[in-house]
Amino acid sequence: MENVRRVISVLVENESSVLSRISGLFAGRGYNIETLTVAPIPNSNLSHITIVTKGSARVLEQITKQLHKLVPVYKVIEHDEMVEKEMVLVKFPIEESLADIEALCAAYNGGIVNVGVNICIGMVADEPCRVRHFLEATQRYNPIEIVRGGVVAIER
Amino acid sequence: MKMNGAQMVCEALIAEGVKTVFGYPGGAIMNVYDEIYKQDGFEHILNRHEQASVHAADGYARATGEVGVAMVTSGPGFTNAVTGLATAYMDSIPMVVISGQVPLSLIGTDGFQEIDAVGISRPCTKHNYLVRELSELPRILKEAFHIARTGRPGPVLVDIPKDITAEFGDFVYPDSVDIPSFKPTVKGNKRQIEKAIEAILKSKKPLLYIGGGVTLSDTSNLVRKIAEMGQIPAVETLMARGVMGAKNPLLQGMLGMHGNYASNMAMSETDLVISLGARFDDRVTGKLTEFAKYADIIHVDIDPANIGKLVDVDYPIVGDLANVLEKFIEGLEGKIKPERYADWREVLERYDNLHPQSYVDSDDVIKPQWVIERIGKLVGEQAIITSDVGQHQMWAAQHYPFDRPRQWINSGGLGTMGFGLPAALGAKKAFPEKTVINITGDGSILMNVQELVTASEYKIPVINIILNNHFLGMVRQWQTFFYEERYSETDLSFQPNYKALAEACHGIGYDVTTKAEFDAAIKDAIEKDKVAFINVQVARFENVLPMVPAAGALYNMMLPKKEDNTKGEK
Repeated sequence: MENVRRVISVLVENESSVLSRISGLFAGRGYNIETLTVAPIPNSNLSHITIVTKGSARVLEQITKQLHKLVPVYKVIEHDEMVEKEMVLVKFPIEESLADIEALCAAYNGGIVNVGVNICIGMVADEPCRVRHFLEATQRYNPIEIVRGGVVAIER
Repeated sequence: MKMNGAQMVCEALIAEGVKTVFGYPGGAIMNVYDEIYKQDGFEHILNRHEQASVHAADGYARATGEVGVAMVTSGPGFTNAVTGLATAYMDSIPMVVISGQVPLSLIGTDGFQEIDAVGISRPCTKHNYLVRELSELPRILKEAFHIARTGRPGPVLVDIPKDITAEFGDFVYPDSVDIPSFKPTVKGNKRQIEKAIEAILKSKKPLLYIGGGVTLSDTSNLVRKIAEMGQIPAVETLMARGVMGAKNPLLQGMLGMHGNYASNMAMSETDLVISLGARFDDRVTGKLTEFAKYADIIHVDIDPANIGKLVDVDYPIVGDLANVLEKFIEGLEGKIKPERYADWREVLERYDNLHPQSYVDSDDVIKPQWVIERIGKLVGEQAIITSDVGQHQMWAAQHYPFDRPRQWINSGGLGTMGFGLPAALGAKKAFPEKTVINITGDGSILMNVQELVTASEYKIPVINIILNNHFLGMVRQWQTFFYEERYSETDLSFQPNYKALAEACHGIGYDVTTKAEFDAAIKDAIEKDKVAFINVQVARFENVLPMVPAAGALYNMMLPKKEDNTKGEK
């Protein structure tokens, strides 16, 4: 069966062991995690976990069902019609043209967020495939360090 | 009421109706043991190893359907309990295990006897808790029992730091549980049930595929009723032995790797699998692409994750068997015609006549299958049979005339050697008036053999029948078939004196080499109120047959030869 990419949101009770339950489930049953982000939901005792995974239809169905079985899991949303964003920070040497970097970041809904003595830092938040394109484009400016934030998604 | 955490634990156990706790004390759980000393609401059985405590609680749970309870200390106490947790987890047994933990202030410092119990047990418990505040303790204990027995049952671990069991606070045990994220689906989908009923009525070769879920949900009467209404043939998994009753003509037998010919052929040729509380385990299905190749599949299970996990299902029904089976009966009533399946029953009868479950008996040496049949004849319906894991387990499953569910107690999913004796203690504790027999092998019995002492101390007279072939028999069998008879580390010729071992632990031992000696030994053991070893020398090279080689198709069975397969060796 063909592997399909899937973005899953998991609403969980905000307790200390919950992330290990979820990551342990993925590790123990051999499921992929491409990215995983987690943060508390404001004014609640819940957290929102966004997982990007890949698998066959059967595996994806199992992932959803196994997540549901975990006691602290309230809700599992398999995203379909969603807005999906990922943030990335890139550190460039200052020798490169600031204006070029600025223009590149701007083309991907971002900008330069910090300029130091020897380096500058660009930030972009966009769809994951656009982030990938952005990172390809940054190669000619000799990036020193790249930090990707993982995907967050919300159903439309 | 003000009390300390340890007392809260005892009060909660009493409130849950717990009568017996199996356990072993140690540093981090001592506060609780101090309160156990002072109370008389439940009995505590001191096993001689934590693994045995958990298996005993497990055996108690399997025999009664109630939540089994075990108690252990932190560190090695807990790690010893892990095999027990995993055993119960794989077979969905309701259980609460309480473990001591180092004080909160020491957690994370590699303290003495500190281990991350919640981390280790996460993949082998249904849920687990580390109690961080005394105020949470009553709620957590209440939830633990609720989760253990609700939906698909399973073991729950409650890990309690020592300072919390010492601390004083208000105790109010909650009447009810509210876990919004834990609401198992009980009622089956009406539309799916209707469609499944249609499918049963339309099918020509339906087959009831009965799993351990029927045992766990105590719904064998409903399953028997459905089978009877339509005269529908049935096969049982290892975990469902006893559901249909051995005398039931609709029961084809056990299916799977060591299933009988008719059962495996029934599954290979059916046009409609009615799966009730079964999970399509690899030991049952063999090669998946060949499994029930011509059939549509109705799958009823309380756990949605079991449905569609291994095979594509045409009629998925998530729900409690009691609920769904009653709907099935309503829907089939008056509509189902037993004549419709007459040809199908005839086909299966022919299969069974062609290759019945059989073995070649001998006058020179005791055949292990003979022992099982003999136990069945002598104590039959009234006994509870536990087993360890290996050849003896399969022979017991094949040849014992199980008459009711919960009569057969064994570790199916995890396959834990050393399960049988402590599980027998648990079962006997629950039903002291019943004969409890552990059918075991010379390999398995030495794992947890220390429980002889426990059995003697508490006067829990279980009978262990060792089918002694001086081999790690099942592994030896695979070596014979698949490893060109290279018997790597499976020869157990060097043995303890089993009779003396039993006697050293204040039990009674019998060495048996003839059928007459066996009869005399078992009769004597039932009369004596002592834990017993009946050490039966059986044919060394006997194999468990039929056998479907791993990952082979169910219909390709190695069948028993008409002549003896023991190579003439004793």
